[in-house]
Amino acid sequence: METLEQIKSRLTHALPGARMEIIPNDSPSGQLSLLVDGAHAVAVAKFLRGDLELRLDYCSNATGIDWPEAVIKTKIKKKVVVDGAEKEVEEILETLRSGCLEVVYHLYSMTKKHGPVILRLRTENRTDKTQLPSLTPVWRSCEFQEREIFDLYGIGFAGHPDLRRILMWYGFKDFPMRKDYVAPDDFEYEPTPHDEVLEKTRQHSAREVKL
Amino acid sequence: MSAVLSPPGKHFELLPKEGDGEFLEVAMGPHHPSTHGVFRMDVVLDGERVVKLKPVFGYLHRNHEKIAEGTSYLASMPYTDRLDYFCSLTNNWAYALAVEKLAGLQVPERAEYIRVITAEFTRLQNHACLAGFLTQDMGASGTPLMYAFREREKILDLFESLTGARMMCNYMRFGGCRCDLPSGWLEQAKKVAAETPRFIDEFENLLAGNEILMARTQGIGKLSGELAINAGITGPLLRAAGVNYDLRKVDKYGIYDRFQFKVPLGDHGDTYDRYYVRVLEMRESAKILQQALATIPEGPVMDPKAKLRGFRPKAGEAYGRIEAPKGELGFYLISDGGPNPYRYRVRPPSLINLTVLEDICLGLTVADVVVILGSVDIVLGEVDR
Repeated sequence: METLEQIKSRLTHALPGARMEIIPNDSPSGQLSLLVDGAHAVAVAKFLRGDLELRLDYCSNATGIDWPEAVIKTKIKKKVVVDGAEKEVEEILETLRSGCLEVVYHLYSMTKKHGPVILRLRTENRTDKTQLPSLTPVWRSCEFQEREIFDLYGIGFAGHPDLRRILMWYGFKDFPMRKDYVAPDDFEYEPTPHDEVLEKTRQHSAREVKL
Repeated sequence: MSAVLSPPGKHFELLPKEGDGEFLEVAMGPHHPSTHGVFRMDVVLDGERVVKLKPVFGYLHRNHEKIAEGTSYLASMPYTDRLDYFCSLTNNWAYALAVEKLAGLQVPERAEYIRVITAEFTRLQNHACLAGFLTQDMGASGTPLMYAFREREKILDLFESLTGARMMCNYMRFGGCRCDLPSGWLEQAKKVAAETPRFIDEFENLLAGNEILMARTQGIGKLSGELAINAGITGPLLRAAGVNYDLRKVDKYGIYDRFQFKVPLGDHGDTYDRYYVRVLEMRESAKILQQALATIPEGPVMDPKAKLRGFRPKAGEAYGRIEAPKGELGFYLISDGGPNPYRYRVRPPSLINLTVLEDICLGLTVADVVVILGSVDIVLGEVDR
């Protein structure tokens, strides 16, 4: 299979205007991924599926990731002149990473038997601009997986045929897979007939017994 | 057509229909023996024909992924057993494979063989029981299922003597397996593997040519190869639809390139093919078992460089997948260099195989839906996670 670099250069050729970036991966797995902007995601997906070389007809895995705002600390080495002698000093550089939600698609080809090509989409922020285009019209295997991402991360997929909660119940408000989600401690509390009965029992046993 | 799914809470409802009569909306499940767990299908019926079907999930949801993100890598290993509780060893393998990819660990020769042997035994018992459950759904009350369970018992005994547990094995580790085979295990395993083809013959004789089985399955619930690929269907369902895609052949993970076996394919993609592909896969598994058991080498079962306590892989991500009995089971892990995975994702084959449930059930009767669901082979521990 072509490398991701080659795929990217062909994509920029076929879709001028699409912003793409290769995300590095330091792990020994070496699975690089391609970050695509939301506006061109469907076009990129259609290209990857229809291209005769790639034929990525099978979307194996679609999942969300939450990246809250964070301060990233990186160590850099700096040369400082102290008392006329040059010294190397380590300095910690702090950069603010803005928060976003991310969707990752793992694409394979069943006809050509190769893969994976990894696509990533990012939302603008984590609060109000959490819309992304749905890739379900391209690969139907995303149908339940995107519903799950919507359910657990709160990413809205424009163009999804049936975007409802899938695992959590109707009426549930939060998005439990987000990193800042705190589970309520009275999770399973619901008023039951027992409460009334218990209250009656309490009143009954509290009353004064006159003999 | 005005068939709408009712809001939650209502369990059946009469819906207006153009022309004569009414549609009936019924909640099949969640507590119904044929749903193989706590699973609900909201079906809209025209008489006895299915007009619309929506699966409803989440009854067994415990946010497995969130729990795993809160504990160390090793601590989620026993938790993976509970995903597809019928096939805990393949779940272990998929997770171990993903972590090995993430951290770049090597697996010793003997451990690879043990993994193949236990995974193929798992596949055998899963497929045998599935065929039993399927015939049970058709009304063959128990007999074929008990034949399958008798065989499964022998395999579970092997698992018990190897791992200490019959179903929740928690056996594999990153870079190998937890412990070596106990003495006498190989001989017993060889005996069980040698008896397997005879059991499959017997099982097939019991069912092949059975008129009820034929009538209830042939031509029912047809799935085309094209739709199967697009909907991400994997495992025996996909191969019954005629698509040659088996990760043991495609990815050749572990040491599967060393064994001779075939990938059975179906012609029609109907329920019968899905049943029969599984029977044929059992035969292939038995072949792999015999080869693996004959050639297993001596040696260590753990990579000496592998670290179980204080395991912190370098920052990065990896997606590892294997051919589990139910389809492609994948684990997607992101490490930020800490002791816990930053992101831990299970790609559940059972859930994604249900994508086409509505498509293959439309126009059929309620009784067919039961059989089709039986042939999809789901485990709710994995669907809901």
